[in-house]
Amino acid sequence: MATRQTASLARLMRAPAIILLLIWMVIPLGMTLYYSFLNYNLLNPSVTSWAGWFNYQYFYTDPAFLESIWNTIVLVLGVLLITVCGGIGIAMLIDKPIFGQGIVRILVISPFFVMPPVAALIWKNMIMHPSYGVFADIAKFFGASPVDWFAQFPLLSIIIIVAWQWLPFATLILLTALQSLDGEQMEAAEMDGAPAISRFIHLVLPHMARAITVVILIQTIFLLGIYAEILVTTNGGPGFASTNLTFLIYRAARLNFDIGGAAAGGIIAVILANIVAIFLMRAVGRNLD
Amino acid sequence: MGQITLEEVAKRFGEVEVIPPLDLTIEDGEFVVFVGPSGCGKSTLLRLIAGLEDVSGGRILIDGTDATDASPAKRGLAMVFQSYALYPHMSVRKNIAFPMRMAGLSKDEQDRRIEAAAKALNLTNYLDRRPGQLSGGQRQRVAIGRAIVREPSAFLFDEPLSNLDAALRVGMRLEISELHNRLKTTMIYVTHDQVEAMTMADKIVVLQAGRIEQVGSPLDLYLRPRNVFVAGFIGSPRMNLFSGPTAAEYGAETIGVRPEHIAISAEGGKWKGRIGVSEHLGSDSFFYVEETGLTETITVRSDGELGFRHGDTVWLTPNEERIHRFDKTGDRIA
Amino acid sequence: MARAVSRNAKIGWTIAAWSVALIIFFPILYTIITSLKTEQEAISGFNLIPSFSLSSYEAVQSQNNYWRPFSNSVVIAVGSTLLALIVAIPAAWAMAFSPTKRTKDILMWMLSTKMMPAVAVLVPIYLIFLRTGLMDTRTGLVIVLMLMNLPIVVWMLYTYFREIPGEILEAARMDGASLRDEILYVLTPMAVPGIASTLLLNIILAWNEAFWTIQLTTTNAAPLSAFIASFSSPQGLFWAKLSAASTMAIAPILILGWFSQKQLVRGLTFGAVK
Repeated sequence: MATRQTASLARLMRAPAIILLLIWMVIPLGMTLYYSFLNYNLLNPSVTSWAGWFNYQYFYTDPAFLESIWNTIVLVLGVLLITVCGGIGIAMLIDKPIFGQGIVRILVISPFFVMPPVAALIWKNMIMHPSYGVFADIAKFFGASPVDWFAQFPLLSIIIIVAWQWLPFATLILLTALQSLDGEQMEAAEMDGAPAISRFIHLVLPHMARAITVVILIQTIFLLGIYAEILVTTNGGPGFASTNLTFLIYRAARLNFDIGGAAAGGIIAVILANIVAIFLMRAVGRNLD
Repeated sequence: MGQITLEEVAKRFGEVEVIPPLDLTIEDGEFVVFVGPSGCGKSTLLRLIAGLEDVSGGRILIDGTDATDASPAKRGLAMVFQSYALYPHMSVRKNIAFPMRMAGLSKDEQDRRIEAAAKALNLTNYLDRRPGQLSGGQRQRVAIGRAIVREPSAFLFDEPLSNLDAALRVGMRLEISELHNRLKTTMIYVTHDQVEAMTMADKIVVLQAGRIEQVGSPLDLYLRPRNVFVAGFIGSPRMNLFSGPTAAEYGAETIGVRPEHIAISAEGGKWKGRIGVSEHLGSDSFFYVEETGLTETITVRSDGELGFRHGDTVWLTPNEERIHRFDKTGDRIA
Repeated sequence: MARAVSRNAKIGWTIAAWSVALIIFFPILYTIITSLKTEQEAISGFNLIPSFSLSSYEAVQSQNNYWRPFSNSVVIAVGSTLLALIVAIPAAWAMAFSPTKRTKDILMWMLSTKMMPAVAVLVPIYLIFLRTGLMDTRTGLVIVLMLMNLPIVVWMLYTYFREIPGEILEAARMDGASLRDEILYVLTPMAVPGIASTLLLNIILAWNEAFWTIQLTTTNAAPLSAFIASFSSPQGLFWAKLSAASTMAIAPILILGWFSQKQLVRGLTFGAVK
């Protein structure tokens, strides 16, 4: 019967995607795991040997590692704080009855479509540059001396750039959630005499809680992997002041040719990402039914 | 021709038996309504006949030939869905033409049938619109049009009116009945609304938990419900059912009296009570009588001009000849 | 809400919203303005009115061989997306229309591959590319970006396909359509909008990808993201040219992006927010 035929056809249709992803996931990850236990440097590949836990120990005891973990956390939390709070505010503002709502929306979401290297270069040269940037112009206008952002506040500068890129995403998702808020529910609350603040706390925020969770989790996944913005602006410096875990691993692999060390770092990154991923999968999974 | 016979047809979803084996014959040209509360298996039964679900056992015969394993397309049936299931990307004309296109009918024949269907269903001016631009009632008519042009041996309707508002529902009910009078094609109609069942059917099949409780003409079911379930389900307002000593008096476990078979009087009668809610419809009045000393509130239907109000004391007298008696298992005592 | 809002309140909110929007958009706007300046103007202080000189655009196109990375970007973004669609459409289709008990698990697992940080597989991918000669080729990037976006593509398509009501497919079956007819005349036309949205969003994601494109290319196959990243230290006089190159790199995708706001929410939240 027709319904039974389709079942085997369906299996055939699913197979390519599943097999490809399986290969993409298992082989490289397996190789990373393998390399992480090797003494393997591309500059001197002939002396490759079994390293045991050495790479992990080395990574762990390297002061740059702890600094990069700390930077990763600050970067993620800083951007999340700005984008979630800013996103809620801007979403509520756009949701108000305003003239030209469509254009405002377009302007607000635009930064998301700017590729990371361009975003970073725009901020580096146009906005934050100590002599030609807009911030410098503003400082001069007020008679203050311009700040050399990337030298003095490297991590903060990167947080600002990344937050600018992700603010549209948070805004757009929170706006979508906000617009699905039941108007009658709000009117009922108004009839019940709830003032605007308590309507926000008791109706709007709980309604958006799910969207906020999703924003936080998805952004975290992406923010853990921030790379191009650092490469283009500070190149991780000064010292390791703006090096996150991703950038540290990149350095080990591509600048020091330390395959074993980079692989060990990669495994640590996987563990970090998985902690976040578990929460995200739960949030998304609940929505599947 | 459109005679449909179900022999021992059963349906299980995994371990759950949705429809225990049942037999049913639907005669050619009959308007049969499957009625029952939600989850009673009536839609599943319809989908088994349509071929949209595979049976777990038994046989389905259409005009005497075994159609149990035939694909829906091969059964020569047409179906009107609850959501209308119109193709959103096609115009009304193309929607109606679709089954004919699938059957490979000539373009001229297609046009001829579309024109005829559109005229019959008042859709002529809407043929070039998309379903999204139509009202609920119009969409419903397009769905019916799409079914008609196939000239099927039977029409299947799956709660077709439940998405319409009350006024439209009455209108469409009439249109479908007229359609049946004109085409004289077998129709199987699924609904949970006993009013639709009573008004449209030649034959009603009352279902509960996948079992057929009773099959009969509307009047049959009204006059001689086979058990308590049918008694309570058919008729509006619902039949008053009494148990305990009231029923024992008549030598039954349960007795039932329809609201229209109870006389109401200010002077005297069998049961004394006080009017709770009264509904005056003009043509009829409904009184919900409380404090009768019985456990149940009694519903009474009477002349529309009777002016009892909330709080009035009244006496009720059931029409002894119209009392339905049921035994311990709920079956009718003849 | 049907209530009339006072005009003053509306004007107030409008001013507030526009101010915020303009501040957020300002870096992009200022880049576009600067791209229309001469190099001299560009470094001589804050100025919102350019001389509308197109010299920077001309210079970028002639000196830096701009069209090579541009065409690389187009090939890589479109190629990887199309390839992903070819693999994903049947898979999403099967999962949406004949789901099994494991469908949900498969989808979650696909999502989990997206959680794998790119940097974790940098080493093996880099080595594989070096050994197989895929390094600095468009083919290599098309493959990697296809695999990277495949989970999102499958998910998006799945959520779109699932919105096609089952009753319509049943109606087609009742109307005498064979499986082929059903796919050709009913499903495909209804699925096209979802496929188009998925295509759009994934071209955007692939165009803006800036980890693998930088790691796996040098000159030949470098798309715009890698090309622009190589400008990380422009010497003083290149402000206007950098702005012109940036404007050209983001303009096509910015416009595509404006058209795909809704799909963006859906695609990037895996359907968790609609």
